[in-house]
Amino acid sequence: MSSVEAFSCQELVELVTDYLEGALPPEERARFESHLEECGNCQLYLEQIRRTVELSGKLTPESLDPEAERELLHAFRDWRSGA
Amino acid sequence: MQTTSALGESQLIEALRAGDEDAFVELTRALHASLVRVAQIYVSSRSVAEEVVQETWLAVLEGLDRFEGRSSLKTWIFRILANRAKTRAQRERRTIPFSALEPTRIQEPALEPERFRGADDPRWPGHWAIPPQPWPDEKLLSAEMRERLAGAIDALPGSQRAVISLRDLEGWSPEEVCNALEISETNQRVLLHRARSKVRKALEEYLA
Repeated sequence: MSSVEAFSCQELVELVTDYLEGALPPEERARFESHLEECGNCQLYLEQIRRTVELSGKLTPESLDPEAERELLHAFRDWRSGA
Repeated sequence: MQTTSALGESQLIEALRAGDEDAFVELTRALHASLVRVAQIYVSSRSVAEEVVQETWLAVLEGLDRFEGRSSLKTWIFRILANRAKTRAQRERRTIPFSALEPTRIQEPALEPERFRGADDPRWPGHWAIPPQPWPDEKLLSAEMRERLAGAIDALPGSQRAVISLRDLEGWSPEEVCNALEISETNQRVLLHRARSKVRKALEEYLA
């Protein structure tokens, strides 16, 4: 029996976040990695999760609208002057 | 957050107390998107969330001289925000689930069970039946893909959306997210996992 059979793809897919977060106990991490070595589909799945994270990091965060920013700045000036 | 790390937290607090407008504007800009995302866990609309964020900044100014630094400035600001948002939600008579930030106990598999062979499969139980396909690079880098990605994040339940936004859009550490949202590491990971799995699936549907 190869080690791929010890860990199903369906299980692996549910553990990718724990794996990427470094939260798997050592034995499980080893099982995860040995499955991965032999399973191109799971490698691709993990790669796509990594890609998703990377692409999310490139989105432009929504910004404060100028009017709200002016209001806050007024509030800050009032606060500083003790108003 | 870059503002605090670039300036150093105690320097930032000193600058704010001394009335440094640039430091204040930079801080409000840096935290704006994250604050709105977290407020949206509790309140119904984007515009109410924006109002709660404005109120939060006023409360931050009121409390700043008394801030003792027992938590980080960022954590303190997010706790004020969460309290304001909860109060606002009650006033809106919006029923907040008892724990809006607990992941639901309902199983939310990362992929439909049909993607895998059944448990009774004689040779490969639980292995791929419909495996992922490679993503075409040219589509992956398109403006439309970015819109789909942003749309998929927007469509998530509030707590998942907040966690993925703070972690993956804003680049916060797991500890920072746990502190700001007052959730356990495990819950943080479960929410992140569900969010990333769904967003990946949305990209797959678009790229297929």
